[in-house]
Amino acid sequence: MAKIRRNEKREMPALNTSSLPDIIFMLLFFFMSVTSMKEVTYKVSFTNPTATELTKLEKKSLVRYIYVGTPTAEYRKQYGAETRIQLDDAFADKSEIGDFIINERSAMNEQDQGLMTVSIKADKDTRMGVITDIKQELRRAYALKISYAATQRTNY
Amino acid sequence: MAKKIPQINASSMADISFLLLIFFLVTTSMDVNQGLARRLPAPIPPDQKVEDTDINKRNLLVVKINSADQLMVQGQLKDIKELKTEAKKFILNENDDSFYPKLFEEDFGAPFGVIRYTKEHVISVQNDVDTHYQAYLNVQNELVAAYNELRDECARKYFHTSYNELDEDTQKRIQKIYPQKISEAEPKNYGGN
Repeated sequence: MAKIRRNEKREMPALNTSSLPDIIFMLLFFFMSVTSMKEVTYKVSFTNPTATELTKLEKKSLVRYIYVGTPTAEYRKQYGAETRIQLDDAFADKSEIGDFIINERSAMNEQDQGLMTVSIKADKDTRMGVITDIKQELRRAYALKISYAATQRTNY
Repeated sequence: MAKKIPQINASSMADISFLLLIFFLVTTSMDVNQGLARRLPAPIPPDQKVEDTDINKRNLLVVKINSADQLMVQGQLKDIKELKTEAKKFILNENDDSFYPKLFEEDFGAPFGVIRYTKEHVISVQNDVDTHYQAYLNVQNELVAAYNELRDECARKYFHTSYNELDEDTQKRIQKIYPQKISEAEPKNYGGN
């Protein structure tokens, strides 16, 4: 028969935490797999333009980036507030784009070379003159697959 | 007597994995690289003269964007919201109008059969040096959207699914009916405005 113990002091049983590491590991692996670390340190600041008809860039190893925007606060003194181009980790002139593309392409596997995509990450307020210059340089370097980086929006 | 192996104290395991977890949480940027994919035309060899490719006027849809980001479609001031329907009308030319591109008949095989389509249409985008990137991208976006919608309508008509759900071969066949022809003119300076 059940006994009603009233006087005994009740103690909370210790919570079994032995599965906690497993749970945390699971989360850890999730974040590890979805993580994409920043490719470079940005020396230019830019806000992506928005668009609706976007496609994902599939293979990251085939994508090279060209950043276009105004220099960030720490570089503004040195480089001014004019729109600038950044390749890899450094500011660059538009005439260097061709060499950059050719270098990057020759570092790739032969069968991947034709699949190289150049993603232009430019600020939404950039003037088209700069973009057109970049496009001309890319054409000259036969980097014809390009992608204008943008963020998704739902309407106008 | 077998020696009893002492149990390793695993209580700090949780802390270690927490530490790693927090590190990856902080460094994660979930945003995938997305963008408007385009293909540039191949460069013109320096020894070749720039020829004015003779495109029949009715086959050409000219979209100009000026430095104030205003839009001119076929010589008329238009809003960006009108561009997509305008482009679709131009690509389709449903009523065989003489001011829209010439229609060609071609057999695309089952299940399409013989379809009338504007084989030689070209949409030409021209921008000013001072046009904002966002405005330019808006125009590109609307034009790509027009093509995507036409392809989707075609997929729904013949396959009863959306274009994205079709396999690659079928998509390619639809692309043949609605080939994306957005040309970007060689950069020119239009002067101050």
